[in-house]
Amino acid sequence: MTPFPESDLPIAITMLLLFGAILTIAAGLVRRSFAWRVALLTLLVVLGDAITMLLAIVRGGPLRHTLGGWAAPIGIEYVVDALGAFVVVVIAAVSVAVTVYARAAVRAENPDQEVAFLGMMLTLLLGLTGMVLTGDLFNLYVFYEISSLAGYALLAIGDRKAPVAAFRYLILGTTGASFYLLGIGFLYVLTGSLNMADVARLMPALHDNPALPVAIALIVAGVALKTALFPLHGWQPDAYTYASSTTTAIIAPIMTKVSAFVLLRLLFFVFGIDLVTRLLPTGAILAWLSAAGIVVTSVMAIAQRDVKRMLAYSSVAQVGYVGLGIGLANPWALTGAVLHILNHATMKCCLFLVAGSVALHARRRTVAEYAGLGRAMPWTFASFTLAAVAMVGLPPTNGFFSKWYLLLGTIRSGSWPLVAIVGASSLLTAVYFFRLLESIYTAPATAKPEAPAGDPEAAMLVPTIVLGVAVLVLGLCNSWFVTQVLQPALPAAVRLPGS
Amino acid sequence: MVEPSLRPLIAILASLVAVPLIVASGRRPNLRDTWSVLAALVKAGVVLSMLPDVLAGRMPTCRLWDVSPGIALELRVDTLGLVFAIVSSVLWVLTSFYAIGYVRGAGEKKQTRFFASFALSLASAVGIAFAGNLLTFLIFFEMLTLATYPLVLHKETDAARRGARTYLAYTLPAGIALLIAIAITWSIAGSLEFVPGGFLDRTMASPALLSTLFVLFVVGVGVKAGLMPMHAWLPSAMVAPTPVSALLHAVAVVKAGVFGVLRVTGFVFGPKLMHELSLDACLAWVAGTTVVLASLLALSQDNLKRRLAYSTVGHLAYIVLGAALVNVWSWTGAILHLAFHATMKITLFFCAGAIYVRTHKENVSELAGIGRRMPFTMAAFAIGSLGLAGVPGINGFVSKLGLLTGTVQADQLALLALLLLSGVLNAAYFFPIVHTAFFRRGDGETGFAEASPWMVVPLVVTALFSVVLGLAPDLGVHAWDLALATASQVTGGTLP
Amino acid sequence: MDLTALVTGRWPYLFTIVLLLIGLYGMMVKQNLMKKVFGLNIFQGAIILFFIVHAYKHGATVPVLDDISGTDPARYVNPIPHGLMLTAIVVSVATTGVALALLIRIYRTFGTIDEKDLLVRLRDEDPQQ
Repeated sequence: MTPFPESDLPIAITMLLLFGAILTIAAGLVRRSFAWRVALLTLLVVLGDAITMLLAIVRGGPLRHTLGGWAAPIGIEYVVDALGAFVVVVIAAVSVAVTVYARAAVRAENPDQEVAFLGMMLTLLLGLTGMVLTGDLFNLYVFYEISSLAGYALLAIGDRKAPVAAFRYLILGTTGASFYLLGIGFLYVLTGSLNMADVARLMPALHDNPALPVAIALIVAGVALKTALFPLHGWQPDAYTYASSTTTAIIAPIMTKVSAFVLLRLLFFVFGIDLVTRLLPTGAILAWLSAAGIVVTSVMAIAQRDVKRMLAYSSVAQVGYVGLGIGLANPWALTGAVLHILNHATMKCCLFLVAGSVALHARRRTVAEYAGLGRAMPWTFASFTLAAVAMVGLPPTNGFFSKWYLLLGTIRSGSWPLVAIVGASSLLTAVYFFRLLESIYTAPATAKPEAPAGDPEAAMLVPTIVLGVAVLVLGLCNSWFVTQVLQPALPAAVRLPGS
Repeated sequence: MVEPSLRPLIAILASLVAVPLIVASGRRPNLRDTWSVLAALVKAGVVLSMLPDVLAGRMPTCRLWDVSPGIALELRVDTLGLVFAIVSSVLWVLTSFYAIGYVRGAGEKKQTRFFASFALSLASAVGIAFAGNLLTFLIFFEMLTLATYPLVLHKETDAARRGARTYLAYTLPAGIALLIAIAITWSIAGSLEFVPGGFLDRTMASPALLSTLFVLFVVGVGVKAGLMPMHAWLPSAMVAPTPVSALLHAVAVVKAGVFGVLRVTGFVFGPKLMHELSLDACLAWVAGTTVVLASLLALSQDNLKRRLAYSTVGHLAYIVLGAALVNVWSWTGAILHLAFHATMKITLFFCAGAIYVRTHKENVSELAGIGRRMPFTMAAFAIGSLGLAGVPGINGFVSKLGLLTGTVQADQLALLALLLLSGVLNAAYFFPIVHTAFFRRGDGETGFAEASPWMVVPLVVTALFSVVLGLAPDLGVHAWDLALATASQVTGGTLP
Repeated sequence: MDLTALVTGRWPYLFTIVLLLIGLYGMMVKQNLMKKVFGLNIFQGAIILFFIVHAYKHGATVPVLDDISGTDPARYVNPIPHGLMLTAIVVSVATTGVALALLIRIYRTFGTIDEKDLLVRLRDEDPQQ
């Protein structure tokens, strides 16, 4: 099949991204237009690698790769199961779409920083994929910080206020990462190991140790901050609003989701289901905080006038769904949470690409200014409509199905307030999206000096449309993902009956 | 007897495929409108082609892939589904012609969006009709909400915007209630397939949970069915152009709601469970109250379309009443009323639209003497009114008789009285219109001035349908047979 | 356990906590953005020290192989935390570098790195937020 062993596929992704980042910058120094080509090529190869890896794992089980031949638990190893491979495919696919978009967008918005932007983007992806692929807790910290640093740099490329938002995120994010580091320090003292599988093995013996709750609390807090889980989400709205469109398009769909995935990995695979549900109320806290976050941030989204800020608050609410599913820890809820990682990535990426196109091509940023644009940019807003309908959770889009699974999960958990919250959140989302759609399609166009001249160019339009269509396709095909990819990868205790 | 077949799928795809075609030919109105009409004809043709199979006891089924582990997107054509599908698709053919005439006569803008949304709405309606399980039903049900929203919003005036927002404010929460109800059903029953006689029973959950589940279901489908107090969207949706009001808000959307009530009461809960939990009596009384209140409210409306809207609310409640009582006669009456009310009401709406296009008159008080100028229109209006009031000779009488007998069979004589009262009220709010139109002298011209044939022919046809079916209820599409077959399957009873 | 035992037995934890709190104080209370960066550095330093303290063994030497101690692990402090913290220090340095770059950019754009003044200037620019 492949000329090299399949277990090399994970490390190949890391290597590709690392060298890709360096080569992109090098090529950019030679001539600016080369940088984009190298970046896109790298990402296409990474996407191919990721898909191959996913198929290999679905066929043959998890892949393990030990770095440098040093055996675990002392050495660092990469462990990839179907779940991780799935997330990596999502990351790769979204980044290809955004890179195609970036060609025109970055040149329009921040032309002088194009090379730096692309290099940083690949570094960000390096960090994020590393977080998913690794099987070692400290290696996770390293990749966490790689992605964060690249993120700070990317978020600073934008309008005048972007560095301020990036700085605030830097302070908060580094604090979070430090909490995580302290937490794994505790774990190391308790278990003597940093390898995830090893720690998981040693965990049952530690159930009575009073230092363990501290370790878990620190680790969860650290990851939760990067996930922008309520109430640790404060950095996100400003950061997303002031950053450039392309930055938001790449960060919003995947960065918080990868952190959510890491949270899932840590809670279920390292600490174990027992700890999450019985001994410590981690699950309950997570579920209720997420539920509160969904409601509060949805209400805040309704109050926003700037479209990107509205979408940023909406992102926090959507991550809340993932947090809720993880916190409930039953098979249906987890299925919904993980599926939502994919679904939200496609929906949000599409929405931010549209926001970017409108900001760049039509120079409009607020809800009021979007009035009447439906006619002027039909294809762009057709995709926007699909993505918006998916966010509200109407069938047959993908957003509906993740809500369906989450609802089943909340019903199974017996918590009726949570059922009501999941249901009500759709309505809150409907308020701010339908209000916008109504304005886009029926209001008379505002008298702005620059009239938009139709849809943006193909480089920006095609990724938008592809994502819009994906929203429908992924919805109808979701069962395949659930049964073939997600279910086999979840721990046996949280699998759906009959899988 | 399940019979694998692609025809249910083709029936839905016929208009679904038309949507991009309509959008693409936006610059050429004649081509675009041809697509609409063609799609309608194909859809009606495919639906009618399944009639012999269903009458023979076979159920054409099309099972697509899973959309959730263990739950497939499934289309199954049974007797009840076929009734709704025939009603929607045949009346759409007529409405397509009517809409073309109306839209061109009234000079409406954004016709492409109008016709495309119409096509999508009808695809959703047929999807609802043929849904074989609750999840498929929900998917198409919500698609119907989405597809009809641009139609309510069509005129883009402030009133239209308010009407559209009200529409969503009622239908979206209903969708959530329905979603939660279905999620609970799956959790307690492990199945979502429709089974005649219901598949839920008392062993699955506590009576409190089952009753709450029923309430959630009723709210979910009842909003579209105009059950009070969730009916307020219907009068405000009358801001839409009349073809929309005629087909969607007298036929497709509202009948999808009562169809949902029929499915929930007959195919999910079933007569036995409903009786054990006293849900049948509760729902019947809610429906009965709606019947009377809506009829009273109709009396007070001067705007013709709003009067028709309240009348619709009342008549939908007849169907819910019949569904709630769950006996053979009430169900036969309810299903027949689903079909027969449609022909009568659409006639009335067609007339209202024709009057508006020709004279720009919207209110009952302005209609003096219009009978002289538009005799065909008002004659059709008269037929529709007589039928809705339950006058023998028009199909409304037949369905009403079924419902009245059903109340007797269920020993609910109070409800019988309510239905009879409603008949009187119907006469009270319709007959004066006919009287004023024909026997009062109006101001202005008196010459013959009918609307364009595009509009007049469909309304005459639907009026004729009403008369013919009144004299021979089983003629043509065998409505009587289909209704009775469904009622027997669900209630396990037969007509004495 | 009583206070003296707590202080003598668990002083590394107390020390770490004090440093963490100083760092947090700097980040949260101080208005000058540069001081926030200092606070961040102290915060990260505290954690690094935490790890290093846990690597310590009585009577052991630096974890570099030599002839005197041979290959007996008890004669060397635990090298793993040291290795980890080398990485963590590098991360801290890189973070500080990015933070300082951002501060330079902010100063050039707005002319101040005081949080209060900055917020005022931000609000002036964007009345609708």
